[in-house]
Amino acid sequence: MQSNAALEYDYSVAKLFTYATILFGILGMIIGTLIAAQLAFPELNYLIGEYGTFSRLRPVHTTVVIFGFTLSGVFATFYYVGQRVLKVSMAESKFLMFIGKLHFWLYFVGALIATITLLLGYSQAKEYAQYEWPIDVIIVIVWVLWGISIFGLIGIRRENSLYISLWYYIACFLGVAMLYLFNNMAVPTYFVSGGMGSVLHSVSMYSGSNDALVQWWWGHNAVAFVFTVPIVAIIYYFLPKESGQAIYSYKLSLLSFWGLMFVYLWAGSHHLLYSPVPDWMQTMGSVFSVVLILPSWGSAINMLLTMKGEWNQLTENPLIKFMVLASTFYMLSTLEGPIQAVKSVNAIAHFTDWIPGHVHDGVLGWVAFMIMAALFHMAPRMFKREIHSKSLLEAQFWLQTTAVVLYFTSMWISGITQGMMWRAVDEYGNLMYSFIDTVAVLHPYYVIRALAGVLYVTGFFIFTYNMIKTMTSSKELTEEPQFRSPMA
Amino acid sequence: MFHWLEKNPFFFSVGVFVVIAFAGLIEILPNFAEASRPVVGLKPYTVLQLAGKEVYKKDNCLSCHSQMIRPFKAETDRYGQYSLSGEYAYDRPFLWGSRRLGPDLHRVGNYRTTDWHENHMWEPTDVVPATIMPSYKHQFTNLADIETAYAEAVTVKKVFATPYDTPNGVKLGTWEEAHTAALVEAKKITADMKNKDVKDAVENGNIPEIVALIAYLNRLK
Repeated sequence: MQSNAALEYDYSVAKLFTYATILFGILGMIIGTLIAAQLAFPELNYLIGEYGTFSRLRPVHTTVVIFGFTLSGVFATFYYVGQRVLKVSMAESKFLMFIGKLHFWLYFVGALIATITLLLGYSQAKEYAQYEWPIDVIIVIVWVLWGISIFGLIGIRRENSLYISLWYYIACFLGVAMLYLFNNMAVPTYFVSGGMGSVLHSVSMYSGSNDALVQWWWGHNAVAFVFTVPIVAIIYYFLPKESGQAIYSYKLSLLSFWGLMFVYLWAGSHHLLYSPVPDWMQTMGSVFSVVLILPSWGSAINMLLTMKGEWNQLTENPLIKFMVLASTFYMLSTLEGPIQAVKSVNAIAHFTDWIPGHVHDGVLGWVAFMIMAALFHMAPRMFKREIHSKSLLEAQFWLQTTAVVLYFTSMWISGITQGMMWRAVDEYGNLMYSFIDTVAVLHPYYVIRALAGVLYVTGFFIFTYNMIKTMTSSKELTEEPQFRSPMA
Repeated sequence: MFHWLEKNPFFFSVGVFVVIAFAGLIEILPNFAEASRPVVGLKPYTVLQLAGKEVYKKDNCLSCHSQMIRPFKAETDRYGQYSLSGEYAYDRPFLWGSRRLGPDLHRVGNYRTTDWHENHMWEPTDVVPATIMPSYKHQFTNLADIETAYAEAVTVKKVFATPYDTPNGVKLGTWEEAHTAALVEAKKITADMKNKDVKDAVENGNIPEIVALIAYLNRLK
């Protein structure tokens, strides 16, 4: 029997993941800013001995941001959105509540252990898949727990049709599961050798160019299924909710979803252009990367058109600002990626700063903006208080937008400069620059990038302060706001 | 059909999975059939070199250095012959890297020597004043994990039939034999080094990380 009374949703798990998002955000971004500064001022490499070099910290930065900050944000929004679009409360099932909490605690403790192992240097040395096999086992369990949460909630749903956001959460769950498992296939050496050496050590099931293919099939699609798919899930829920506008086109969302699913996986080999993997695979990677513009822009345009006739909200509501700019950065980033995947451009761009530049206009401008906006939308509903300060929100917006622009422009210039210098020849056809010339010239851009990092982190601290105040001391709300989040 | 799928989560999920798995089947698997065959004359890593590869992974040199030379004149002029698939046949994992904050290292063994690496890892700015690479002095005191390297060699021999203990190949043998062989190889390297502590350590049967790392870097040709 369905009751007509309004459902009271249970946000205890969503809150836990919200705290984790903030914590890992601070950690990941501070380390990111530190390693950016190390490239400009190498003395900063010696702050904590052998554990503080750029090389050791770089995977800590990438994994904390991807698997700490972003995934926490994804989980936080899922435990909020999932209940609401399925019209069931977590409180209705003791089992799901238990699974949800177990999911959080295992994830949180696992993430801390994983980060420490990387600092100590236990690494498979595969990018974004550095964790050694015991950590992988924890990750698989955490992932399965999330799967139980997703399909458990779906199992007891009152709303029969799955909302668009859920399509993307399900895709995130399945995609990461498949890719992560295959890429991390490794043989622990301790057991095969009869108890010799380190228990943590393992050796990849794949060698050489095979390993490269599997790794970038994962590496590229970690971007797809952590930085894109669940973030699209977030915007499909939160933009309509915050603006009070219906999604512009259902058909466009269908086309974008199934298109994205089909096309994204092919594009991984664009990370291996001009490498010794077979040429036809490289070309496939290039071509599919270009095709990828269609479903990516499909979602982004669907979002922008959702604001049709309501553009005044852009000036009135900073959360709409965050979300609209996020879709715009998503468009920029998904145009830039295919450009870099064209072979002649890649010949210059590969191995240069243009690649981290590209990653960061996506992650800082799209992923983090969306996650922060979603948490701001959730906070008044979860904590039943209005957002602490609109002016701080505005300040954060402009500070971080400036930071993103400084970051990617400096890295574009730096990347193209270095790429061109590597290949420059004099009138006799000899190389014009020694390698070190191409490093020394980048110093100013590294300074600008580090400055961008400082600005962005400052913005994140403003966000944190604003969130904490919202959780603890701002004005209490008597009833749940329907659309626009109330803010002081 | 899509409306129906949205009401049937199981078939929806199966549908998504088939669509995303498709590319992997077509694009990744064919290369496996070809397998990564070694180029003629390629030998597996010695135990000391494997231990050095672990140091390379531990200090994550691939954050800044690639091991993949692209087939452009500018690259072959700078680094040597472009890289071939078969040269990586015994690399588990592959260590191509994705960023050149420093130069490519795939053939660094052709143009850098043991003493160059020793000086450079101790204090990079002494060798290349403008460098932004930090020094790795801890590699001169930390000991390389030879036992784990041996375990790795035994594992790849057993599981992937990597050709150890074959005629004209790399001898692996028992742990005692392998350990002795690693020490002999290490002494050949320390003969070209000047750091007293490192030399003494090897004389006493301990192998610092730097020695293993140099063994690995010298092998990259």
